[in-house]
Amino acid sequence: MSPSNIGIYASQISGHLVNPAYDSIATTTLSTATASITFSSIPATYTHLQIRGIARGGSGSAAIRIRCNGDTATNYAAHELYGDGASASAYAESGVSSGFADYFGPSSAGANIFGVGVIDILDYANTNKKTTIRSLSGYDNNGSGGIALSSTLWNDTSAVTSITLFYASSNLVQYSSFALYGIKGA
Amino acid sequence: MAAGNTYTPIKTVTLSSAVAEVSFTSIPSSYTDLVLVCNGKMVSGTANNNALRFNGDSLTLAQNYSRTYLYGNGSSAFSGRSSNTTSLAFPYFDGTNFNITIVNIMNYANTTIYKTAISRNSQPLETTTAEVGLWRSTAAISTITITRGGSINFDTGSTFSLYGIAAA
Repeated sequence: MSPSNIGIYASQISGHLVNPAYDSIATTTLSTATASITFSSIPATYTHLQIRGIARGGSGSAAIRIRCNGDTATNYAAHELYGDGASASAYAESGVSSGFADYFGPSSAGANIFGVGVIDILDYANTNKKTTIRSLSGYDNNGSGGIALSSTLWNDTSAVTSITLFYASSNLVQYSSFALYGIKGA
Repeated sequence: MAAGNTYTPIKTVTLSSAVAEVSFTSIPSSYTDLVLVCNGKMVSGTANNNALRFNGDSLTLAQNYSRTYLYGNGSSAFSGRSSNTTSLAFPYFDGTNFNITIVNIMNYANTTIYKTAISRNSQPLETTTAEVGLWRSTAAISTITITRGGSINFDTGSTFSLYGIAAA
């Protein structure tokens, strides 16, 4: 196989510029258990953001929360559709101090098992829109696990310049890793 | 912050005839995640869970896989799981329309963790499904094999595209 970069090569039209559509911005991989991961100084030059990652909690809840711009006020609302392998359920919160990043692994998962998730933050720099976040996340532990589709509203029109991910009741374990990507519009 | 262009197409397979199996081999380990985008149908029949396997497990049929899923069928939502199986049940195709399955295979080259893949599957006339699957192996994934789940082949025109995403 011979990989080639995705995107429109301006040289195919004129000149020699490349117009990549999907950029890796930053990655954090934990060398020790840590309470949170923050991506800061996010440039406003993209149209959308995507966060991709693996994680497990040290204890307690398996749900990872998300905050924008360090806002700890009750400016978030969220919905979740969740399956635990036996039944499907729906859940919602409003007037809370963080949103859903969502269902990664708890400490009861095996040491080699990390939950995974893909989080999309659309139009994050558009100051005419409140920010909406969606995620697909889950983990499987050969007999246990869960999967979730969720959406979060950050009730603020500010451009998102920082994003914090954390478990409500535990640290992120060593080797948890999240990468931030920027997606450009045409 | 560093920045770099990624989401690189590795290979696309477009079926010019009906086949039982599609494979991606010699996958480079230079990315962080893989994304497998499937737009396909079976030659005939109703909804079919096919089989996704890694690194030649299609030959040994080792029971190293498990999955948890969530789906809706237009009237209700359900969740279920399968443990100690010989494959992940991606992608979902039927024999009527082209259906979409997009599988994110996270940290596929990380040799200290078991591999987890998460997918969304769209069969607009039947179900919408989300599924997370575990392959209990620390080996880097270098081969992906997609095998028909029953006796009916993947149909002509089905496409399978593999992308690599490299973190900064």
